[in-house]
Amino acid sequence: MSAEIRTSDGELLSVKLRKVERRRRTTAFLLAAPLLFFIVFAYVIPIFQMLGRSIDNVQMNEFLSETHEVMQTWDGTEMPGENVTSTFFYELKGLVEEKNHGKIATRLNYEKGGFTSLIKKTARKLKDFDENGNFLDQFIDVHKKWGDIEYWLALKRGTDAYHFRKYLTTFDYEQKFDGSIERIPEKKRINVTLWLRTIFVAAGVTFCCFLLAYPISHLLSVLPTRYSNLLMICVLLPFWTSLLVRTSSWMVLLQKQGVLNDTLVSLGIVADEGRLELMYNMTGTFIAMTQILLPFMVLPLYSVMKTIPPSLMRAATSMGATPFLAFRKIYFPLTYAGISAGSILVFVLSIGYYITPALVGGAKGTLISNRIAYHMQQSLDWSLATAMAAVLLVAVLIVYWLYNRIVGIDNMRLG
Amino acid sequence: MSGKKSDFVKFEQVDKSYDGKELVVKGLDLDIAEGEFLTLLGPSGSGKTTTLMMLAGFETPTNGEIYFDGNPINNIPPHKRGIGMVFQNYALFPHLSVFENLAFPLKVRKIDKAEIEERINKTLKMVSLTGFENRMPAQLSGGQQQRVAVARALVFDPKLVLMDEPLGALDKNLRESMQYELKHIHETLGVTVVYVTHDQGEALTMSNRIAVFNDGKVQQLSGPNELYETPVNSFVASFIGENNTFTGTVKELASGFAKIETSTGEIIIANPIAVSSAGEKSRISLRPERVNINPTEQIENRFEAEIKEIIYHGDHTRVRVNLLGNDEFILKVPNASSNSKLNLGDKVNLGWSSQDCRALDY
Repeated sequence: MSAEIRTSDGELLSVKLRKVERRRRTTAFLLAAPLLFFIVFAYVIPIFQMLGRSIDNVQMNEFLSETHEVMQTWDGTEMPGENVTSTFFYELKGLVEEKNHGKIATRLNYEKGGFTSLIKKTARKLKDFDENGNFLDQFIDVHKKWGDIEYWLALKRGTDAYHFRKYLTTFDYEQKFDGSIERIPEKKRINVTLWLRTIFVAAGVTFCCFLLAYPISHLLSVLPTRYSNLLMICVLLPFWTSLLVRTSSWMVLLQKQGVLNDTLVSLGIVADEGRLELMYNMTGTFIAMTQILLPFMVLPLYSVMKTIPPSLMRAATSMGATPFLAFRKIYFPLTYAGISAGSILVFVLSIGYYITPALVGGAKGTLISNRIAYHMQQSLDWSLATAMAAVLLVAVLIVYWLYNRIVGIDNMRLG
Repeated sequence: MSGKKSDFVKFEQVDKSYDGKELVVKGLDLDIAEGEFLTLLGPSGSGKTTTLMMLAGFETPTNGEIYFDGNPINNIPPHKRGIGMVFQNYALFPHLSVFENLAFPLKVRKIDKAEIEERINKTLKMVSLTGFENRMPAQLSGGQQQRVAVARALVFDPKLVLMDEPLGALDKNLRESMQYELKHIHETLGVTVVYVTHDQGEALTMSNRIAVFNDGKVQQLSGPNELYETPVNSFVASFIGENNTFTGTVKELASGFAKIETSTGEIIIANPIAVSSAGEKSRISLRPERVNINPTEQIENRFEAEIKEIIYHGDHTRVRVNLLGNDEFILKVPNASSNSKLNLGDKVNLGWSSQDCRALDY
């Protein structure tokens, strides 16, 4: 090693450099800190908390902790013994006194239908139990469902602290009480259809946006500034309008007695009794979502096209390429970055789109996000809702991962 | 040049207007000979680039006809003209390698693979870029990109190559070496080159002939030598090289000389180029290097001047003097020991021959 290098005021160069660098890093961190703080507390933590609900069953586990414990010794092949039934009796009694039995009723009902009424009826009759008698027989006396081993199995499973069964439900599968995994009966299946529809609509909307946005963006990029600004405002105007207002306007336009149908009828293109079904189906979802998401495709495309010098196309034609060939071989490949950035934006946004399909989609045009909202607000099965949300999140992350693998995230231009 | 056409490219009464109000190119008549290196030189907005673009097919003449190899080409789209072009900012395809860039015009012509490779190798060798086939344009220096652009314009053997200020983005040294290189390529291939620039040095170095553009018109079309030595009007005189001017009125006009009275009352004997009668106003043009300091021999024009400024330029010294009321009169003094005794404020005698002093339009 050569002699240590020192700065002119005698400090070790490496030490001094580290000090200066540290100061610079601290400043940078402090500048980013508010955003980081905000993201962690308002985004990352709530999301993980929410997602935890999809597997979390801790409350049930705590309410019926002793039952859960003794049930571990029960193999589930025949009716549970007195140790199980008596433990359950005393714990249920405690819960009834604390008025918490309603909660376990709802939870257990997800495991097996009919549990709500079963628990409620049993709770009313608990005081009539003879604590020296056979508990199982007395349970069966209260309600004959207690004689069905599946209810006891559901009780056993329902008191596990964590489980992944909601993820099976997300894809229309269920776990039988013997542990095997099967598809649910055909007429109950809905989620897979919705997933496929969501992906189909997202891909379709992305493609429609691409078809519409490409020529507009090109025009924007070649027009002189004073025209392109005006056109840009036209593109962005919908952006500045409330999503709800825009969707409602589409309802005005698309409904059976709406502007579009009226016009077509008055022009004689469509018979009055043959008015087009443009809403409350996929068509409505498609049209409205494409219009609403169009700017997300136009902006990245425009920003990429703006950087392509017109001389490239001229060079290509001067070398003998027809305008079409020059476009295909030169211009189009140079817009890949914009196409992929726009596509990923539109795709990711539409895969989780909610308001528009809810308003104009009807039953045939709803997407997975509407199902999530349904479980959040109506069925109140938050575990299932968050399981679906988690799958959606993973789907989006996979799209990003693929994008990064194929295109590279650094090549993304968003405007 | 036997068997070569003198009107390989012909502009016939070509007008061009973009907005319908102003003519960018006015009644252009221009013949370009086969194998010639012709430069369109002019200040920006003079119509030179528009002329080039009309020849390339990217702009349509508003009036008149352009002929290429005897055929009118006004209605032929650029991709069918078979004219090579080098663009101002090279216009290399950034997503294609050097090889693919060069292969583009050949693939378009459906030339088979082996020949494509052979031609590309030959062309890259010509611009000394062998071994750079797989580089992307962004990995090349400005000069290398420039060579690729030239190679790409030549690789499909066009009979005519257009260059639109191709060296504008390079630094001075590189620009000069590229000028020689382009000149040699032109000499080797014998291809016709139409070159646009606003840099007169570049034009003088490279061209067989130069067309000086101003205000949409060709002011003078001649070889570099004549252009510098015998400008036909004030614009050309001032645009090409350095120039000292006096304004005055023609007192006497004879064959071979004119006596012109300057505003200060002195008489300068000048070579009448663009004056036709006595009493006319005229602008006299005189190159700085044609002025002798303290001339010993008999000379027609001899005046006293005062040195105002001396600027050392290495190989020569520029001296600004006040001569006949013109405070901006510049002398170029070669860096020889005999001239090192000039001092600020000195009075010196300046003299020049009437042949070097041209009486042009006012």
